[in-house]
Amino acid sequence: MNRRSSGGSEPQWEGASTGSPDAGASLAANIAAEVTAFAHEVGSCDPVTVVGAQAHWDVGGTPLAGTREVRAPAGVWEHEPSEMTVRCGAGTTVADLSAHLAQTGQMVPLDPADDAATVGGVLACGFSGHRRLRYGHVRDLVLQTRHVDASGKVVTAGGPTVKNVSGYDLARLLVGSLGTLGLLAEVILRTLPVPAASQWLTGDGDPFAAFDLLYRPSSILWNGSHAWILLEGDPADVAAEASKLEPAGFAPCDGPPPIPAVGRESMRPSDLRALAGTGGEWLAEVGIGLVHRHEAVQAAPVAPANALLMDQLKQRLDPDNRLNPGRRPW
Amino acid sequence: MPVGYGRVVASEIEGAADAALLADLRGVLGDRARDNDFERGLYSRDGSIEGSSPAIVCLPTSAADVAQIVRICRQHRRPFLARGSGTGLAGGAVPVGRPVVVATSKMDRIIEVDIANRIAWVEPGVLNLDLSRALSPLGFHFAPDPSSQQVCSIGGNIANNSGGPHCLAYGVTTAHVAALEVVLPSGEITVFGGVDAEPPGFDLRGLFVGSEGTMGIATKAAVRLTPNAPTVRTLLLDFDDVSEGSAAVSAIIAAGLVPSALEMMDQRAIEIVEAFAHAGYPTGAAAVLLVELDGLGGGVEAGVEIVREVAERHHAGHVRVAADDAERALLWKGRKNAFGAVARIKPDYYLHDTVVPRSRLTEVLEKVYRIADAYDLIAVNVFHAGDGNLHPILAFDRREPGVDERVKAAGRDIVAASIEAGGVLSGEHGIGLEKRDYMGMLFSTHDMYTQDLVRETFDPDGLANPLKIIPTGSRCSDSFHQHVPEGAWV
Repeated sequence: MNRRSSGGSEPQWEGASTGSPDAGASLAANIAAEVTAFAHEVGSCDPVTVVGAQAHWDVGGTPLAGTREVRAPAGVWEHEPSEMTVRCGAGTTVADLSAHLAQTGQMVPLDPADDAATVGGVLACGFSGHRRLRYGHVRDLVLQTRHVDASGKVVTAGGPTVKNVSGYDLARLLVGSLGTLGLLAEVILRTLPVPAASQWLTGDGDPFAAFDLLYRPSSILWNGSHAWILLEGDPADVAAEASKLEPAGFAPCDGPPPIPAVGRESMRPSDLRALAGTGGEWLAEVGIGLVHRHEAVQAAPVAPANALLMDQLKQRLDPDNRLNPGRRPW
Repeated sequence: MPVGYGRVVASEIEGAADAALLADLRGVLGDRARDNDFERGLYSRDGSIEGSSPAIVCLPTSAADVAQIVRICRQHRRPFLARGSGTGLAGGAVPVGRPVVVATSKMDRIIEVDIANRIAWVEPGVLNLDLSRALSPLGFHFAPDPSSQQVCSIGGNIANNSGGPHCLAYGVTTAHVAALEVVLPSGEITVFGGVDAEPPGFDLRGLFVGSEGTMGIATKAAVRLTPNAPTVRTLLLDFDDVSEGSAAVSAIIAAGLVPSALEMMDQRAIEIVEAFAHAGYPTGAAAVLLVELDGLGGGVEAGVEIVREVAERHHAGHVRVAADDAERALLWKGRKNAFGAVARIKPDYYLHDTVVPRSRLTEVLEKVYRIADAYDLIAVNVFHAGDGNLHPILAFDRREPGVDERVKAAGRDIVAASIEAGGVLSGEHGIGLEKRDYMGMLFSTHDMYTQDLVRETFDPDGLANPLKIIPTGSRCSDSFHQHVPEGAWV
């Protein structure tokens, strides 16, 4: 845990004075203390489940009754705007993280439906937000993770810099694992500048044609009859792209309707077209292939060879099935 | 292409075992299983300075071939290792343990370009630049663009999670691979990930990308297509002072710009590149920044103004904006061929790859020069400054006695200096053999143990490109029982 504490670039604890090596050392020690305390709380014996905001509590099954609940540390610990990275406890809410980053015009586009959700919760579920079309999958925003494993030890994966290929990519393995391989304690995420302009448009034009027409739109949501398109970037560009959409029947609006938050149906982007005319209330992410529904969705089956590997990974990393028992990401 | 060097020492040939293995492989592949000295020599090295000879070289043409090769290797308990173009710089494709090399060069088809899903299905032997060239008329490209992109393969990019100058804005290979068909070390064929939005279960795809062939062999990949930007501007800024150049890098990022590329070259690099490329690089400057902005016109032009302001604030000598595609290509030609141009000063070079926080660039660069001086080597720096990804080149002449040891020692010191500054072991080249024994600088024993547990899930017998990435001794198990051939630098 302390292996980087001698580095001169250690950041300041929230509110600590800047520039002093002592402040850096004390920040590192404070972070280490928080993570170590979480590791002790997780321990090495009994079944545990990590609780965030319970924004996605039923995803992949609910924890077995009687499972002890633990909470990951919270707090934005280090934000270096010129490095475009932020380090925070996994228990930090997305709202708190966003508010902190907004002070310097930055963001991490996690975009959960409910921003009381924790960073760790969003990552454990591996749920990208509605701007994935522009900013990519949430796992591609993760630079480094520290998690507590089944033996109660802290494991670091990835690295603190914006680019890193040192060792196996365990951070990507943890994203979407529902806390069944390890409990996230701390993450370092990549930040992005908040776009200078942002505009939603809506209309009954063809969202697939709109996707082909636009250069990297941030989001295209479609309910089978209407679409909501988010353009972000330089004000002149947003205006120019919006004007391309007007002849196609799109006009500015405040935003899309609430995104159904129960079921996530995964399909190929090209298969979304076939949803036209199907009933029910749903909202699909054009270009991504995700359909948000009010009803639970049966997960697609996993190929037998992959299921075997997943079972064996779980067996090796959590032999006593004590991490989030009752949950299964496939 | 790097001018690597190595010692290939023929170990004692276990003739009977090799002959039986070859006979079985020939049963499947015919004359595409080879054991002549010439080809074994060709496949004994990659772009690193390591070297060791394989027993047999196979040239499969299909996933079924690869699966058969893997099954035969299992029967003979012989390691196997995939190889693309062999441009890797960390020794990941160096044969260790007298393995069977599975060269993917004959699996080079672009199987399908699926615009509706913005995916291309390709075989691993497709060359990176060939793919982008094929996509270009359709308005797309494959974003990872290593400097070796004319010759490196998509399979190699996947194995190493390769980067390139434009990964600053677009991310490294893993962000551009949706699905992979893989021959597992068991010989079974499966698909990781998917073209659909959220494939269920653990992200085995993400784990496989960058695993350097230690979890199996990719035989097909669904890679994401990135739309070509409508507007591209390339700027060249020169500085009298390296630290002003580095400060300008941080200032550009801090101003809220994410350039598609932000590259730096030091004085020596400028001189050798200019002598070769005649791109009009200012040879008197201490450093140049090559800045590329892409996207829609408004944002790009606003970005150009921001870069100009930063340049002025940091006392840049000139700001040259490429007037057209030809001038832009010329500026990039210098950058992308800089490594080969090192031959103008010394016949050999050793290329490093570490990442440091942007704010520490100046300090670490100074250390790199001091380290090179201390070992009587010449350091040339051409690197991805925007993401702090250093690529110090140590130029040398391998004929000088004792130079190997000096190069290696200097390399180790550079890695140590980078990690001390809060950096990591590798930004885009991988760990392979070269940095395997440095893993402990970045990771705890328990971290590495955990990584090895994960590796072992895929390959309990340790036959898939053994002895790479994780240092021996990370486990008490006997999974590292392979004999390291004498003469191999591991």
